[in-house]
This record gives sequence, C-alpha cells and structure tokens, in this order.
Amino acid sequence: MTGTARAIVSLPPPPALAARLFARLGRLAVPAVFLGVWQFASTTLLDDTTRVLLPPPTAVAAAAWELTVNGQLLHHLADSLRREFVAFLWALVAVPLGVAMGWWKLVNDQLDPLIEMLRPIPPLAWIPLSILWFGVGDTQNQFIIFLGIFFPILLNTIAGVRGVEPNLVRAARCLGGGEGAVLRRVVVLAALPQIVTGIRVGLGVGWMALVAAELVGANSGLGFLINDARTLLRTDIVIVGMIAIGLVGLALDLLIREISRRALPWSRSMQR
Amino acid sequence: MSDVRIEHVTKIFAGHSARDPAVLALDDVSFAIADREFCSIIGHSGCGKTTLLNLLAGFEAPTAGTIEVNGRGVGRPTWKRAMVFQDYALFPWLTVEQNIVFGLEMKKVPADERKAIVAAQVRLVGLEGFEKRYPHQLSGGMKQRVSIARALSVEPEVLLMDEPFAALDAQNRALMQREMGRLLARTEGAARKTMVLVTHSIEEAILLSDRIVVLSSRPGRVKEIVAVDLPRPRDEDSAAFIALRHRLRDLINEELAADSGAAA
Repeated sequence: MTGTARAIVSLPPPPALAARLFARLGRLAVPAVFLGVWQFASTTLLDDTTRVLLPPPTAVAAAAWELTVNGQLLHHLADSLRREFVAFLWALVAVPLGVAMGWWKLVNDQLDPLIEMLRPIPPLAWIPLSILWFGVGDTQNQFIIFLGIFFPILLNTIAGVRGVEPNLVRAARCLGGGEGAVLRRVVVLAALPQIVTGIRVGLGVGWMALVAAELVGANSGLGFLINDARTLLRTDIVIVGMIAIGLVGLALDLLIREISRRALPWSRSMQR
Repeated sequence: MSDVRIEHVTKIFAGHSARDPAVLALDDVSFAIADREFCSIIGHSGCGKTTLLNLLAGFEAPTAGTIEVNGRGVGRPTWKRAMVFQDYALFPWLTVEQNIVFGLEMKKVPADERKAIVAAQVRLVGLEGFEKRYPHQLSGGMKQRVSIARALSVEPEVLLMDEPFAALDAQNRALMQREMGRLLARTEGAARKTMVLVTHSIEEAILLSDRIVVLSSRPGRVKEIVAVDLPRPRDEDSAAFIALRHRLRDLINEELAADSGAAA
C-alpha cells in the first residue's frame, strides 16, 4: 500500500546518458547541415576559378591552423585587444562624469547640450578626421574605439544614478550620511548594475568600431588582417579573421557578465 | 529630552500645469509630542500623514510654520531623527550586519564599539544567525527587523516609522506588532525613545501608542488627539481596546463620508 503511494509521488528519473547526449547533439543538427551545404556548394557547385569567393570550411580550418601555428592570428588578436583595453580605460572617465551629470542638475544642464550634439555622430564618421589628427596607428584606432565605448557607459551611468531608489538616499541621510558618503556609498553602488550594463554595451560597440578603424587606419589587428588578406585574395584568411572577431566579441560579453554576476550577487538584473 | 513641537505647519506641493494644480497637503497642523512618548498619526490615504513624517525627518521643508525637536528647528536630515520605511530601504549590497553598522560608521563610532552595538541590536530584533545574509535572502518581516535595528543603532532622539508593517502579510504583521509592543513594554523609562508612527491601521495605533493623532483628509488637519491609557502589553480583546477602536473608526469614517460627499 505504502509502496504504491510512494510510486505516485516519486519524481521522474533523470534521462539516461544516451538520451541526454542525443538531445545535446540534436541542437547541433542545423549548424552541421549548414556546414555540409557550405562544403558542398564550395567544392561541387563552384569551379576552380570562382571557388576563391567561398573557400570550403576545410580550407578555412586549414588557414586557421596555419595562422595559429605561425603566430599571426595571436599577434593581430593581441594588438586588437590591447587597443580595445586602452580605449576602455580612457572611456572609464564616463563613470565619474555620468555620476556628476546624474546627481547634480547644474552639471547636467551645462554638459547635456554638448553631449547630445556629439552622441548621434557614429564613431565611424570620425575616422577620416581622426586619421588627419593622429595618423595611421594605435592612437587613431583607440580614439575611434573610445568614442564607441564612452557614450553607452555615460548614458547608462546617468540613467543608473537618476534611477536610484529615493528611499535608499533618504535612509542614508537619516542615518547621518553627508553628501559625499551618500554619493560614494549609496548612489554609485546602487547605480553599479546599470553602469556594468553600459560597460557591456560599450565594449561591444567599441569592438565593432575597432574592426572598422583597423580596416582603414592600422598596420596590425584583426581588422587589418582581413583587409590585407582581401588584397591578396586569401578569402580563407578573411573568413578566419571574421570568425575570430565574432568569437572575441562574444567572449568579452560573457566575461563581463560573469565578472558582474560574481561581484554583484545582490543585483537581480545580473543574475539572469 | 526629545520633545517634538509642530506649530502651524502648512505644506503646499507646487503644481506644474492647469491639469496638475498645486496641492494643499497639510493645513495649519499643530500638536506636540512629549519626550519618550509613542505617538501615532492615523487617517486614510491622502491625508498627508507621510508628508508630515517627511517634514519631521527633514526630507522636505514646510511651506509655513515651524517644527522643533528639543527646542531646535528641524533642518537637514540627521541620525537624530532616524526613519524606518515601508519598503525597508535596506542597502541590497550590504549584509544584515553591514546594514546595521552603516549608521554607526556615518556617526564615526569607534570600530571596537560598533561590534557590541550591532550584536545588541541583532539580539533585540531577533536576527541571530542571519548576520551574514543579504537582504534579498530575507523575508519581508526579517527585512523590517533589520531596518528597525539599523535605525535604533544610531540612538536617535526620535524614531520615525512610515507604515513599517503595511507591506507584510497578515500573520507577519500581527507578529511584528506584538513584538514591537513587547519591545516598548520592556523599554519603559530611560531607554525609551520618542517614537512617531504613521499608519492606517487603527489596531496597530492602539496597540502601540500613548497618543493617537487623527488627521482629516484633503487638506490634512488635526481632527482629534486621542490618549490611550491602557496597560502594556495590550490585549486586543479587552473591552477598553474595542471601545477605543470603535471611537477611532467612527472618527475616520466621518472623514471618509465628508470626503466622498465633497467629491460627489
């Protein structure tokens, strides 16, 4: 009798290993078909002269191996990441600036018109002028990336500061917190989840701007790599570069998300 | 001595347009709260009771009139008038312990003294074992315990409470009201603080208060001040309690009738 009662309430057993593996593999079905069609189109539909437009996945893999072994990929990747990182450090001035604009109306009233004038200009539109200012190289690239990262951080910081729960500020004040303490120990921390969101968006925009800047104004980096390979008609290398750019963008996003999830466990928006 | 004097206080919220006209929230409100008295302010929503509390804390300034605590005019917010909020207003990035110690750090209490004060407050509100938890790991009732401990830890002259139990479920609310009543019964004499409670619960007001200020609605005026001379802890089923509850309900219902009559 108790046996039947138990059988009714018992949880379903976990799926068997084979079933789980099959489910996992099932999700790879579409990408596998995609690669198959690509391989077929490239090797069978295209002839020897047009194949250069779409090299097969096998040729791309071979190029990736070649670039990894000779260190080229790592060299260009390191240069791109270094530029992104330097520009990011500069763009962090958006945090104190955004806090000041979000907190003091006077600061906002003074700076907002200028920011609103500059913000709608895409970073890429600055490329011609910046090449004249800084020449071809790191400084010009970093300037373009900086513009990409700066505005998302600034706008999110301002919104984060303005969105701080008013009662948190009141609580801090009636516990004896002065203006400086309220700002440092409550407002900035309460706005931090949104500041981190700004950093995530900014790094993404910056990474896209970086590749564009390197296409025209650099002698190294992933953007330079794919443009340089184009002039040599090495489309396999172009595709390797494109994949690397995508993977690094994804990795940056996951990295920031993981850091914020660990550093801000109290923030609900970060736990998703 | 921590007596509060509210004299001819009027508060007008400025309007922004014809569709959003100025609002007279409080109209010539005067009353005094004695040192170590527990005073409740009741009235139905929109009577300006929370506005009055915000003026007491110094979050806002009265349009006219004066508020004095200990004979000094109320200025900017300070730890001398700590507040307990309906939504707890705990710092989500700080643990229970760190939330309670926040005010002590602001007050520059020496580090070695802080620990003992926090431990005493944690014991007082029954949060032992939860010191390292974050607010999002606590129930509503426990959050409000933290908030009360945090406000009491700075030793305010006046403790202000804005509907502190309104967001709790019925069981937790009753529990917290009883515990607050017990806490008040235990701290008769020198350890008692002057307390001001804003609530819309008549039972809560009778359970806890020495005196109850009934505010009229739109604009808020003092309608009546009722003294509660019942021994603590109070018995909700006693005849005196029930009689007082009827009287207060009638006072508030009169307001409700006047309000809907005016609106019709």
